[in-house]
Amino acid sequence: MKTGLSFSYVARNLYARKLTTVLTAAGMALVVFVFATVLMMAEGLRHTLGGTGSDSNVVIIRQGSQTEVQSTITREQANMVESLPGLATSPEGRARISREVLVLVNMPRKGSGGLANVVVRGTTANGLEMRPQARIVSGRQFRPGSSEIIVGSAMARGNVGLRIGDSIAFGMRNWDVVGVFDAGSSGFDSEIWGDGEQMMQAFRRQAFSSLVVGLRDEGSYTGFVEALMRQPQIKADVKRERQFYADQSEKLANFIGILGKTITIIFSVGAIIGAMITMYASVANRTREIGTLRALGFRRGNIVMAFIQEAALLGFVAGAAGLFAASFMQMIEISTTNVQTFSEVVFRLVMTPGIAFQVLLFSMFMGILGGVLPALQASRLEIVDALRSA
Amino acid sequence: MSALISIRSLGKTYRRGNQPVPVLLGIDLEIAAGDYVSLMGPSGSGKSTLLNLIAGIDKPSSGTLLIDGVDIAALPENDLAAWRAANVGFVFQFYNLMPVLNAFENVELPLLLTPLGKAERRDHVETALAMVGLADRMDHYPNELSGGQQQRVAIARALITDPTLIVADEPTGDLDRQSADDVLNLLDRLNGELGKTIVMVTHDPKCAARARRLVHLEKGVLIDGGGEGH
Ligand SMILES: Nc1ncnc2c1ncn2[C@@H]1O[C@H](COP(=O)(O)OP(=O)(O)OP(=O)(O)O)[C@@H](O)[C@H]1O
Ligand SMILES: [Mg+2]
Repeated sequence: MKTGLSFSYVARNLYARKLTTVLTAAGMALVVFVFATVLMMAEGLRHTLGGTGSDSNVVIIRQGSQTEVQSTITREQANMVESLPGLATSPEGRARISREVLVLVNMPRKGSGGLANVVVRGTTANGLEMRPQARIVSGRQFRPGSSEIIVGSAMARGNVGLRIGDSIAFGMRNWDVVGVFDAGSSGFDSEIWGDGEQMMQAFRRQAFSSLVVGLRDEGSYTGFVEALMRQPQIKADVKRERQFYADQSEKLANFIGILGKTITIIFSVGAIIGAMITMYASVANRTREIGTLRALGFRRGNIVMAFIQEAALLGFVAGAAGLFAASFMQMIEISTTNVQTFSEVVFRLVMTPGIAFQVLLFSMFMGILGGVLPALQASRLEIVDALRSA
Repeated sequence: MSALISIRSLGKTYRRGNQPVPVLLGIDLEIAAGDYVSLMGPSGSGKSTLLNLIAGIDKPSSGTLLIDGVDIAALPENDLAAWRAANVGFVFQFYNLMPVLNAFENVELPLLLTPLGKAERRDHVETALAMVGLADRMDHYPNELSGGQQQRVAIARALITDPTLIVADEPTGDLDRQSADDVLNLLDRLNGELGKTIVMVTHDPKCAARARRLVHLEKGVLIDGGGEGH
């Protein structure tokens, strides 16, 4: 049994006050835009770092070192890991293990000025084969045993802006950029890759930073980890490669999220007050109409519901507008320091259905919060008083 | 005829601040089912107040008010709302149509409180609008209709749920002579053809003369035509 005012009655009342509705919704949409953008930033970061690497690779770093840059692994430890069961082998029979060395190198940021800490990864033939997602998109691969480097596409595009033919100095040597690679918008795109042994010489390092191991199959992970833990020579932290980089996004993503939510809550107070003023005006303008509806037999509850729905719809409209505007932010790429690794990371803002849903819900909630008091006021009127009003 | 409306020493006192304002002072009145009563009297005499009490949108301060045997003042609020929806049709001086709804939707409004389905509602609304001569104006909005047409839509709305009682507070107060006549002719038909009991407040003796019975109110008391009628 239907016992309420129709949705179209609610919607048309909102539409009848076009200008007020648009202005109020614009204020709310601004808050929604900020909120959505922040969520998209956090999501973009997670998306980028979480999409780095593969589940069939394992990253090994020294226990407690958190990042590859801070970790050291000796040659002996590396040889021992190579002999463990569960490793994949290349068609030529080499064990799938890449001994990698990572250093942070300061490079000037173009537009904003300042310095970016760029990850320079010394890798191996194995390392390249284990990351098939990193494809050369221009120029060519670096030659092993040379001072050639390739740069991730984000480093080629973004603030750092390296180009093929550039020669850059670090580790008391000049390195020639010979190619640009794209790793599917993952964290690798923010790195510079070159020959591992060359880099160890240049930086006068004896130890590697991390080991990347290819598993025979994804299921051999547990067996491999257990075997590794039994070795007395090494105390290591082990994670699947994808998880390893995903975990590096958490601190910054959470920070962005908390900051964004704080700002959003503060702004939303203004938006809720705006919605409230609009809804009070709506009630005041329609006092006689409310009295009429009550006389016809609609209950106080029907009136409350109609005004709450109107406020929720106002919020929904604002949410949709804010979301629409925010969707254009997907074109924006952010280059910043990952507080967890102190290294430069470039990511694009990402909209997901989850974010859209969350933001619309939030916007409707703002509307409803603004609408509750006016709706209660509308329902509290005595019928005869409401009918007597102009 | 049995009395549809039975009023005994009905009193109504408003409060303005902490000052009591007595408006109705012991009204006795019986209105038979099918009667057509017009309520006259000077401004401020309490006509609207009495009509509102009969229509169940205001509560008496003293006395009894039975409608079809129901003591409506004793009904809980939501029951009273349901009672109004089922038993009373309202016609207001300023029509009180919903500006955002077209004629069809305005007339349909009270049916949203009934279990009727969409198709049945459509049938009812079309019949009612045809009866008031506005079948061709169904999709017009109130601001696209003349005052007289709006009042006819309001009458269609008042009769859509087939209530026993129709209350009208100065239904022609805002209309020109011709439109007023149209409205009064309609009320005649509601009373004569459909057997609706009508209570109408009016200032205009010509209007009042259209009713079967005249009741005169002055300073909160009936001075003429009260009691059980003729
Ligand atoms: N809600 C209220 N609060 C206080 N006083 C009221 C209220 N409603 C009506 N009154 C007073 O009661 C008296 C009678 O009002 P009512 O509206 O019944 O008169 P009326 O006969 O319909 O007059 P009119 O012809 O001008 O419409 C008036 O003095 C009015 O000011
Ligand atoms: Mg009056």
